[in-house]
Amino acid sequence: MTTINATINTALAKRSQITYGIALIAVGLFIYLIFGLNTQAGLQTTYGTNLAGSQALTIPDIVVPAQMTVLVMAGIAVFFGAFQLARGVRSTGWLIGILATTFVIAFLTWAAQGKSFNLTGMLSSSFVRATPIALAALCGVISERSAVINIGIEGIMLMAAQAAVVGATVTHNLYVGLFAAILIGALVAALHAYLVIRFKVDQVVSGVAINIFGAGFTAFMSSRFLQKSGDMLNNSGVFPTISIPGLAKIPILGPMLFENNIIIYLMILLVIAMHIMLFYTPWGLRTRAVGEHPKAADTLGINVYLMRYVNVIIGGIIAGLGGAYFTIGSVGRFDEEMTAGKGFIGLAAMIFGKWNPIGAFTSSLIFGFADSLQVKLQILRVPIPSEFLLMAPYIVTMIILTGVVGRAIPPAADGQPYEK
Amino acid sequence: MTDTNKSKPKTPEGIGGGSLRDALRVPALAVLTGLIIGGFAILISGANVFTAYGALFVGSFGDPVRFFTGFQQLFTTGETAGLLRAIYPITESLVAATPYIFAGLSVALGFRCGLFNIGAEGQFFIGALCSAYVGYSIVGLPAYIHLPLALLGGAAGGALWGVIPGYLKAKFGAHEVVNTIMMNWIAFKLSDWLLNGPMKASGFRPVTPNVEVSAQLPRFFPDPIRLNWGLILAFVVAYALYWFLFKTTLGFEIRSVGANPDAAKYAGMSIVRNLVLVMAMAGGLAGLAGSAQVLGTDHWVGQGFSAGYGFDAIALALLGKSHPFGVVVSALLFGFLRSGATRMQSMAGIPIDIIDIIQGMVIIFIAAPEIIRWLYRIKNIKVEETVLTRGWGK
Amino acid sequence: MTNVLELRGITKRFPGVLANDKIDISLREGKILALLGENGAGKTTLMNILYGLYKPDEGTILVRGQEVDIHGPNDAIARGIGMVHQHFMLVPVMTVTENVMLGVEPTKNRLFLDKDKVAARIREISDQYGLEVDPHAYIQDLPVGIQQRVEIIKVLYRSADILILDEPTAVLTPQEVEGLFKIIQSLIDKGKSIIFITHKLKEVMHVADDITVLRLGRVVGSIDPQEASPEILASMMVGRDVNLVVMKQLAKPKEAVLEVKDLYVRDERQNLTVNGVTFDVRKGEVLGIAGVQGNGQTELVYALTGLLPTESGEMHLLGNTIRHATPRKILEYGVAHIPEDRQRHGLVLSFPIHDNMMLCTYYQQPFANGVSLQQNTIFDNAEALVKQYDVRTPNIYVNASTLSGGNQQKVIVAREFSRPIHLLIASQPTRGLDVGSIEYIHSQIIKKRDEGIGVLLVSSELDEILALSDRIAVMYKGRIMDILDANKVNKEYLGLLMAGIHPSETPAAKSSAAEKVF
Repeated sequence: MTTINATINTALAKRSQITYGIALIAVGLFIYLIFGLNTQAGLQTTYGTNLAGSQALTIPDIVVPAQMTVLVMAGIAVFFGAFQLARGVRSTGWLIGILATTFVIAFLTWAAQGKSFNLTGMLSSSFVRATPIALAALCGVISERSAVINIGIEGIMLMAAQAAVVGATVTHNLYVGLFAAILIGALVAALHAYLVIRFKVDQVVSGVAINIFGAGFTAFMSSRFLQKSGDMLNNSGVFPTISIPGLAKIPILGPMLFENNIIIYLMILLVIAMHIMLFYTPWGLRTRAVGEHPKAADTLGINVYLMRYVNVIIGGIIAGLGGAYFTIGSVGRFDEEMTAGKGFIGLAAMIFGKWNPIGAFTSSLIFGFADSLQVKLQILRVPIPSEFLLMAPYIVTMIILTGVVGRAIPPAADGQPYEK
Repeated sequence: MTDTNKSKPKTPEGIGGGSLRDALRVPALAVLTGLIIGGFAILISGANVFTAYGALFVGSFGDPVRFFTGFQQLFTTGETAGLLRAIYPITESLVAATPYIFAGLSVALGFRCGLFNIGAEGQFFIGALCSAYVGYSIVGLPAYIHLPLALLGGAAGGALWGVIPGYLKAKFGAHEVVNTIMMNWIAFKLSDWLLNGPMKASGFRPVTPNVEVSAQLPRFFPDPIRLNWGLILAFVVAYALYWFLFKTTLGFEIRSVGANPDAAKYAGMSIVRNLVLVMAMAGGLAGLAGSAQVLGTDHWVGQGFSAGYGFDAIALALLGKSHPFGVVVSALLFGFLRSGATRMQSMAGIPIDIIDIIQGMVIIFIAAPEIIRWLYRIKNIKVEETVLTRGWGK
Repeated sequence: MTNVLELRGITKRFPGVLANDKIDISLREGKILALLGENGAGKTTLMNILYGLYKPDEGTILVRGQEVDIHGPNDAIARGIGMVHQHFMLVPVMTVTENVMLGVEPTKNRLFLDKDKVAARIREISDQYGLEVDPHAYIQDLPVGIQQRVEIIKVLYRSADILILDEPTAVLTPQEVEGLFKIIQSLIDKGKSIIFITHKLKEVMHVADDITVLRLGRVVGSIDPQEASPEILASMMVGRDVNLVVMKQLAKPKEAVLEVKDLYVRDERQNLTVNGVTFDVRKGEVLGIAGVQGNGQTELVYALTGLLPTESGEMHLLGNTIRHATPRKILEYGVAHIPEDRQRHGLVLSFPIHDNMMLCTYYQQPFANGVSLQQNTIFDNAEALVKQYDVRTPNIYVNASTLSGGNQQKVIVAREFSRPIHLLIASQPTRGLDVGSIEYIHSQIIKKRDEGIGVLLVSSELDEILALSDRIAVMYKGRIMDILDANKVNKEYLGLLMAGIHPSETPAAKSSAAEKVF
């Protein structure tokens, strides 16, 4: 039973306001001290806006004076920080956005001072790298919305990736590979669902077992078969890039959004489809009810077990698609452990996105950006050892999980097996 | 009226109230079934199952013929070389088991407190690096100082790696599964940098310099037998953990927090303190695993040093029902399996990854005992369930 | 008068217990049948069978004279049977409309939810039966009484003629109960038939047309309300003569054990649930906190035991400030606590009884010597307590999960009472227990009171409060409406206070020592 005070109470809001204000000012100072003072006056940073081989209209590169830009970013951060302390804004989402944007722009400008790097390329690469993460996140969303935790996404993606490349190589048909990946995803997810629903195996344990098995199985097959018969089994080629006529011509955004391969387009469609399904259809309503209060759904005649099976299997299909990306959507061959933790980062994106398809997608973009950033930075020969840059996505994940989980509420029955 | 019958349970505490035979039945069958399925995998991959499993046996225990000739040689000529060669496989199995014991204890301790420590692999590596550093960078210390110091360094490193996700969980409710996995990846990248940079020995390979003799765990037999005091240390630590968990107040608290954190809070126990403590201890144990491996067996650290130990440890802990004695038995089993698998790879061409496949299956069977029950038509097993999943938040 | 519903010979077995034993029930059309029985008598199981959630092992169900097979809730709903559950089956994060339409969603274009259509129908039903509700409100924002209306609307939306109401008054104030009775009357007027499940004797007499009493899974008998009395019904329910009044002497309270002044507490969602309370509990008295659940009592208890931080105010135990004390410190100061959720907060079910017996004191002598646990002392202690408190168990080594509810509560009581205490906080101490256990717990509470311990009793069962308390405080929306002498108070006045109405002048006498809080 709730009480009357449902409004934001002042003491808590005050504390939050001060925290954000100080955070912004601190970031501003950091930018000034670390980046600003280390930027040579007179240097310029060039943000390349054109991508070779793209259909987009060419526009001139964005050239900015490095030091000035960094200082301006510092100033903006400090300004909003002070504003927040003095007046305070309701929507903290904007503040996080400002904090992140100023930091990133300052960092990039500093890192590329006197040089140029391709902004459009980086944005495009972020979007591409976000794809497997987003697909993993979507798998997590639909599964957990019906209250089944699926930690085994990583294992599913590995197995699907291998199945995709082998299927495609053997039949010389990428679509067969795609189908194989989806099939594997569905089957493994069905197994997870069966263990978890029928036998009430602990959901985390089942997921971990799938990961172990997946890693072992794919490595086993790889050593035993793929490495010896590479050309016959592990050389599939890649889905071609498809440009959407008209839209692809838009500068900067065109290459990023409208010049991709089919897997990435499917990902975008899935995000939208899942959002509609979850919030505007009867199936979605029932799924959410099953995830929040399965007993209530049961008493209204809804088959809780069936809903969970179907949703987990759909999730498996999506994860299978995610797995396919790694091979037939990216490099055309399978390497051991090639998913590199993307399944888990997808779960973090799901949490950060508050179990919403669109939120998960946005979070995946952020992770994709972090991923592509560290590649670019290596190219720029930024004076930080590459290994530390490679750590960045993982550290970011941890930070995000800390800040958000306390406030992000998962579906109420998440992780609990249903007993009639 | 109550029946005050003083029949104490016949198992060591913590197994779950049944007889020892019942408690062993499902795990034993799980392993057996896993091996059978592994046999199918071998069959599919085109190799001869008997050759493969034969190689597995010889790799784990040794060739009986060699034992015989070894003894013969000893009695006739007084030479030990033959006998040493004969016992080599079995000692290698024990050597392989040593880090498993520590790592399994680490995960088992976590489970007892309701924590899923998937970070054992990262903690292992960091512990190994720390121990190696203390081992090779300090020269001229007597062994009775240097060795404990190196071991301590390893435990401390692992503890640090464990306490970070532990604190994040206790304070913010951040799920330790994802965080420990992230810490693993961070550890791998960090060690890449260290092994190619500051900790690199001279030469081309990304490895640390060799550890000083004064920091090495003494071996029992001459080369090439690598069996060392690490094994004894593992047994001692396992017993100490048993005593700690079941005979002390702190252990009682930890188990209470794991079994029912709400009631534990009500009874006055501090959840935050226990979670952090357990993750620190678990990290320390996994770090010791790395220490034992470096200081006892390899004497240097290279890339991929910790490969597979983390996930193996999870299977071990589950198989051993999160009980220190169960973990020791399971660790010995896995040590023998892994050791044999190396030979299986070289003799029969079966990739070592088959062990992962078997492991994955074993975990499933342990976590869903009904499958074993159904397969073998067993009735009436009392199953002690470890509740692990509490969702993502607090 | 036709029987719109008949259950014949219904039998249902669960592992180890015969929940329903050849039960015969008849419901006359347009009438209210009260199904009476104490906790564990089999009422809810029977209704779950009727609603299709369980299948009976034996027996038949006849709806309007026709024998039917009910395979699940959908079948029951199709036959016009609707159930309003004791614990609401509502999804808190969804709206009224979404909850009502769940499972029977109308669609636009065969794909998209048509919420407007449902909202309109909800409004119709609201008007027809007097069930005021905002279709777009979120369940978690609604008070319990309104949530119950949503449950009823759910059932009416599906055109139910036969309504099963399972313990509907458990969470209502006396005034809300009156409101419910009015709604029930309007349902009857429109031709519905109702089965009313309860264990509250007085309500039954008020509202029923027929009464059937269940005990231990069997029908004990049916009786006409005209011929029934609370005593007759109680003895039918329990099988022996039941003393409905707790024998106790007048209290002789001394100085204060617990003093609370201007206490404000926020819950986990940062709402101010304890809104400035001041009271004290004296040695040798029982202070009962009455009020419908959800008015801050739970949070007040959490604050007193150190489990929730306090916003401001003072809390003193025998002169010691306990406001910022840890739960352990408060325990050590001599506070015993019987929690309202015994399985969640009171016991570790997977631990043996002997471990549960020392859950609060394991770190002290004689149970521990430094860090080392003294197993023999632990076992001896458990044996003694089990004997003293008559806990029914084969031995002290079995897990607490094997005990019945009443025996689990006894373990908690045994543990709490076996250390030196000055204050006992008992939260819903007899919820879900059988009559024998209830009598036992009540006698234990009075015993402690007579030993000079201060008792703070929190209960939503008004009868329990009236039976045990020396003084009564009523909580409403985080405030104490008034503190009264139990001897000089009546139920109606308490009911008004529980609903938040504080009459400025009342004929009911107040003890001169009572404090007024506005």
